[in-house]
Amino acid sequence: MSENGTKTLSFREAIRLALREELARDERVFVMGEEVGLFEGSYKVTAGLLAEFGEDRVVDTPISEEGFVGAAVGAAMAGQRPVVEIMTLNFILVAMDQVVNHAAKVRYMFGGEAGCPMVIRTPNGAGNQLTAQHSQSFEGWFAHVPGLKVVAPSSPRDAKGLLKTAIRDDDPVLVIENLVIYNQKGEVPLDDDFTSPIGRAEVVRDGDDLTIVAHSYATVRALKVAEQLASEHEVEAEVVDLRSLRPLDVETVAESVARTNRVLCVEEGWPTYGVTAELAARVQHACFDDLDAPVERVGMAEVPMPYAKNLEAATLPGEDKVLAAALATLDMGPRR
Amino acid sequence: MVLIREFEPEAERQYKKARIGGYCHLATGQEATTVGAVAAMQEDDYLLASYRDHGLALARGVSPDAVMAELFGRVDGCAHGRGGSMHLLDVGRNFLGGWGIVGGHLPVATGVALAIARDGGGHAVLCELGDGATNIGAWHEALNLAGVWRLPIVYLVTNNIYGMGTSVDRASAEPELYKRACAYRMRGERVDGDDLEAVLEMSEELLENARRDREPAVIEAVTYRYRGHSVADAGLSYRTKDEIAEHRSEHDPIEIMGKRLVERGDADEEALGAVRERVRAQVKDAVAFAEDSEPPDVDSLAEHVYGDPDYREQFSRMQPGSPFGETSLVFEAGLVS
Repeated sequence: MSENGTKTLSFREAIRLALREELARDERVFVMGEEVGLFEGSYKVTAGLLAEFGEDRVVDTPISEEGFVGAAVGAAMAGQRPVVEIMTLNFILVAMDQVVNHAAKVRYMFGGEAGCPMVIRTPNGAGNQLTAQHSQSFEGWFAHVPGLKVVAPSSPRDAKGLLKTAIRDDDPVLVIENLVIYNQKGEVPLDDDFTSPIGRAEVVRDGDDLTIVAHSYATVRALKVAEQLASEHEVEAEVVDLRSLRPLDVETVAESVARTNRVLCVEEGWPTYGVTAELAARVQHACFDDLDAPVERVGMAEVPMPYAKNLEAATLPGEDKVLAAALATLDMGPRR
Repeated sequence: MVLIREFEPEAERQYKKARIGGYCHLATGQEATTVGAVAAMQEDDYLLASYRDHGLALARGVSPDAVMAELFGRVDGCAHGRGGSMHLLDVGRNFLGGWGIVGGHLPVATGVALAIARDGGGHAVLCELGDGATNIGAWHEALNLAGVWRLPIVYLVTNNIYGMGTSVDRASAEPELYKRACAYRMRGERVDGDDLEAVLEMSEELLENARRDREPAVIEAVTYRYRGHSVADAGLSYRTKDEIAEHRSEHDPIEIMGKRLVERGDADEEALGAVRERVRAQVKDAVAFAEDSEPPDVDSLAEHVYGDPDYREQFSRMQPGSPFGETSLVFEAGLVS
């Protein structure tokens, strides 16, 4: 991509650009969700789209997640390409039945006779004292389910590229965003046909001493920690950004671990039964002879998120915890 | 109606011979509701249904062969052995499925109506559901969306008096279910679900309003199911044999319609008998067809989980470290190229 072909955009602007391009490209695409139109999006991701595309393409819904997620399933089965915004991932719980027991089942249960080309995009994450009911990351629940695809970009570039791929995909895709990095800036290709592949992790930092595997905001944290490891400990960590959780690119992770012999998996959510649990299981199997240390994991402390600032900080998988776990994995610090 | 009446007991016989598995919900007794409403549909209209869907599939024109083969779990079934009794469909006939979660298909059907509206309208959705589904949250959310967006959809409540074993008056604070439509400023009508012509007439009117004016509506058809909730339920712990016998003798939809045809001179007993004979032969043929159809190839296990042309490429790097058996059953058998 040439210098002129990119622009510095925030994560939020990159998502908006993807939506705008896809709305313009394909008449079947429409955006649907709570406050996406007149209000211009609860987090302003859809700002300006109603004015540009009209209310047939940018559809405000009542507070009715089960209803409109289900309506997206039906509209997709009948040939449309709905892109549903769930205000935050926390609110998808009341629509779980539609996502897991309807969208994910359509194609298989009907023997390939019908399909469900829909996208659900939704921010998750914690860090603004939003407390127990609004600070969760359970993308792993969805990545658990055959029939769904789940992607979780960490950069504005992939926020655009993966959303576009998801919208063009013929199957239901969840695009997991993160509130904390909505304002993070990065270079984004302006090409209408720029997409990022589903099912491909990316090595976003090279290193030979340790592999850190992460997705979404955890990748941003991992990159910071990697710089700290280099400057303060003379350790070069390789950072693998998963980008896609289902399908999961174990191959890229395994290739890296085979070189570094040590791996730390980081996620924003609870690690128990989480994305890092799946990674640990597959990595120990694929890289059994390569490992010089146990597969290490860092995630959110296993409590409902508390409100008080200091307690919240203690719960989050902050850079301090990631750094300590990295040093432990390198046998350069205490284990736990 | 006669086809359904003959098909369902055969399904029960085959179930008891263990040729049909899973859940198997029969609809004998409900034929007038099923046939009356589906007969009011036009070719371009869409049908979505609950899991008590054998009759609806047959009424929509799906061949008894394809339905029976699906119940047998065979490759020539309408869902190629992936769906079974609860998930019949025929995309070519705009029959987008029987669905297995009570009320879960109501938002989906509403979304199909949204797609119709987005495409410029002109046809409608018939969404069949049971009385029990009117107590689940999805009912409220679906009807509210249909109301605020004025969607071309008619919700057909097949009120067969019992949601599994719980009668409507034990389950619903407002047991006259059609009245709930007024909460969405929607027309709600109750018809005798054992009267074919009454169901047909009301369905035609409401479906036409939906097609022409995008006017959503509710029809409550009050009928009765002769058999238990599913084949596994004898259906007697929550109702009496006398109650069932009374419905059979006083309200049987096929008897009622047959008598009417004879009284009007449109048919005689002989002609009605000939219909019965014909459909019996059809059902017999369907069983033979299902028996002859092959079970799906195990190598096709992982087909149709995804349909995007790129899905094999997308999944191609997931294989390392797979749990035991996953590589051969899932990856090599379809999930990767």
